[in-house]
Amino acid sequence: MPTPRPESWLYPTERGLFCAPGQFHIDPHLPVERAVITHGHGDHARSGHGAVLATHETIEIMKVRYGADCAAEFQAANGAQSINGVTVKLVPAGHILGSAQIVLDWQGSRAVVSGDYKRSPDPTCAPFELVPCDLFITEATFGLPVFRHEPAEKEARRLLASLEANPERTHLLGAYNLGKCQRMIALTREAGYDRPIYLHGGLRNLCDLYVRLGVDLGDLRNVMDSEPAELKGALVLCPPSALSDRWSRRLADPLTCYASGWMRVKGRARQHGVELPLVVSDHCDWPELLTTIEETGAAEIWVTHGREDALVHQIGLMGRRGRALALVGFEDEGD
Amino acid sequence: MQAFAELLDRLVYTTARNAKLKLLEDYFKQVPDPDRGWALAALTDGLPLRLSIRKTLATILEPHVDPLLYRLSRDYVGDTAETVSLLWPDARANAPPPSISDVVAEVSSASSREFPRVLERLLDRLDVKGRFALLKLLSGALRVGVSARLAKTAIAQAFGRAVEEIEEVWHAVTPPYGDMFAWLEGRGERPDPGRKATFRPVMLAHPIEEGDWQGLAPEDIAAEWKWDGIRVQLSARPGDVRLFSRAGDDISGAFPDIVQAFAHTEGVLDGELLVLRDRAVAPFNDLQQRLNRKGVTGKMLQDYPAHIRLYDILFDAQEDVRELSYLERRARLEAWYERFLPSLADVSALVPFAAFSELEEKWRQARENGIEGLMLKRKDSPYLAGRPKGHWYKWKRAALTLDCVLMYAQRGSGKRSSYYSDYTFGVWKTPDELVPVGKAYSGFTDEELLRLDRWIRTNTVERFGPVRQVAPGLVLEIAFDAVQPSTRHKSGVALRFPRVHRIRWDKPAREAETLAAVQALIPS
Ligand SMILES: [Zn+2]
Ligand SMILES: [Zn+2]
Repeated sequence: MPTPRPESWLYPTERGLFCAPGQFHIDPHLPVERAVITHGHGDHARSGHGAVLATHETIEIMKVRYGADCAAEFQAANGAQSINGVTVKLVPAGHILGSAQIVLDWQGSRAVVSGDYKRSPDPTCAPFELVPCDLFITEATFGLPVFRHEPAEKEARRLLASLEANPERTHLLGAYNLGKCQRMIALTREAGYDRPIYLHGGLRNLCDLYVRLGVDLGDLRNVMDSEPAELKGALVLCPPSALSDRWSRRLADPLTCYASGWMRVKGRARQHGVELPLVVSDHCDWPELLTTIEETGAAEIWVTHGREDALVHQIGLMGRRGRALALVGFEDEGD
Repeated sequence: MQAFAELLDRLVYTTARNAKLKLLEDYFKQVPDPDRGWALAALTDGLPLRLSIRKTLATILEPHVDPLLYRLSRDYVGDTAETVSLLWPDARANAPPPSISDVVAEVSSASSREFPRVLERLLDRLDVKGRFALLKLLSGALRVGVSARLAKTAIAQAFGRAVEEIEEVWHAVTPPYGDMFAWLEGRGERPDPGRKATFRPVMLAHPIEEGDWQGLAPEDIAAEWKWDGIRVQLSARPGDVRLFSRAGDDISGAFPDIVQAFAHTEGVLDGELLVLRDRAVAPFNDLQQRLNRKGVTGKMLQDYPAHIRLYDILFDAQEDVRELSYLERRARLEAWYERFLPSLADVSALVPFAAFSELEEKWRQARENGIEGLMLKRKDSPYLAGRPKGHWYKWKRAALTLDCVLMYAQRGSGKRSSYYSDYTFGVWKTPDELVPVGKAYSGFTDEELLRLDRWIRTNTVERFGPVRQVAPGLVLEIAFDAVQPSTRHKSGVALRFPRVHRIRWDKPAREAETLAAVQALIPS
């Protein structure tokens, strides 16, 4: 039996990416009967589905974000399983806690939907596992050759050096509330920072969940419950959107930091009024994207949310078939 | 280089003046000579390097980056130096990073042929911040929001001096300023600005505005013609005569005739540099032939004879006369001229008048060659550095305008990088062929910029990188100071100081100017 062309059994619909023989969607942006979810970020995990298959951690994240009843039925992934004849397996993507690639095997053809992923180490989640395949679906958030992330440990040390050099100034670090925030805390802890770290109210729940799921984040306190004097020279984390709003005015002479892959480009950092940009990302940089595409051995690569045009062009230069997969509902994740 | 790279990186993200000063002060206190001196040169007058990296960058980057990927990257980043610094491969050389002194030494000893290799090797030895700093250094413009004045202020504060003290010795020192740092750190003598022929900051005029007239009485004001040359300062000491542009660039090398003519004089004088033939001022274009040259041939000296029209004196021999009033200095100037009688020089005549109406009549008639308008100077004003308010006014005759057609638009830089804000415009050579005559960047409001940008995007006929060619459909009324012959433009003419005066949304393109009409405006 000849192996089927991937686009004959896996394709985008108006609800999201659909596996036809398995009768399920992957990361659908509208409610569906059966969804397989790569990870807990808002543009991948949404509420209102019938049955949800995801990692145990992703399910916990969804419950914290959307409520315990955000899907009719949850199933935590546990090894390979068959859904209507399609073998489905979740393997770590290295993006955030619980993030997984969805490996699909059908009639001798293998597709990997990687969701969001990265190859560099992260103390808060399991590392990316490479799965050879025929079709690899990759993100392209940082799909331009100018994007090369710095080693995250080095950026954490820069943050600590600045804290030491400016003991009068509160360091206000903008970090995405799921993944980046907890990773930055864990990195500073690994680098030996053991003073309390203060949280904006929007970060508390997910930090508590990480701790519950076994990630040590040290002494965390709420900005809300702290005296202004206590915050002088302290490290305060907030969502990026709070960096420039009213909320930060309570801090004395804050030094604004922002941990994101976008910080590689000066214009982007200046746009946010950032004084100390930290180039840390939970997505692949350009070299990691290329290495991964190469290593999967896939002849066909589909590219989702990001700068598809550059990466698709590059895939052509690498002698593979590249295609921009227009999926609605994905946006710049801001990290 | 790493310390400097870190400094630039921090300055890019620092907006508060005091925070910038602190970064600069720390740098100048911590970094040893000569690197801090080169850094100071880069922040003020520029490094003494004369090699263009623009073309070189494209050549050396080619083997590393696909052209389409480069273009997409450049569009996203918005700055060529930054894009190249980001795209250059990491860790290609095992050698330690170069110091700024290494860079200066290697680049200044390289021939233009060797330069690409030298630049590659330097880039290979640096990380991303270092590469950015290197390319900014070599491009001649750092653009990190630090003015020369701020850098000097930081030097002054770092070593407990007033900024005026730094400025006073500034033209007696040269990069990397080892003698100045020795003095600041108490290890050496104060560099003596009196020993050499040095530049003194010049006094500049404000354009006169409607409201200014009320505060002026004719008897308090002296009037001079405003000559269409370039403002210069002649600084003479026995055995050392120098000619400076108004920004303080030493241009003596291009004017050995002037240097020779003043060899027997002593003093610092302010005046206009002109090309003079049979006592008549030649068109500005003739003077242009003599500018921006390191050396000059005998034929050039003969064909384009230089002349200085003097109008002020700052030092009468060794005496500082800047505190004296304009009238007293004028008397000093005339006496000085009588005493030395330098050839290739005269004193700019005063324009007599009793009432402003009479002066206006003269101003209106001033259409002859070499006159740009009038200068009005308060008789009691001392000679003040900079552009002090209420002392000197320039009253330029009204600018000329031409209706031209927009041909190409290019994305701007910095704040305007996402808009098409640089415009090439042309006039009709034949009823269906446009030829470019100039380029303008300014003269419109943000609102107009938005509308222009939209028009350009919808009327694009072709794209070349950041440039769009547009259909001939929009008339720009261009104001300019003069028309000159040009070899750079296919049209053979160029407008001097063009700026967009008005956007003529209403005017059909075919009613714009013809080349023949523009050529007729070239002064003969
Ligand atoms: Zn994600
Ligand atoms: Zn995503």
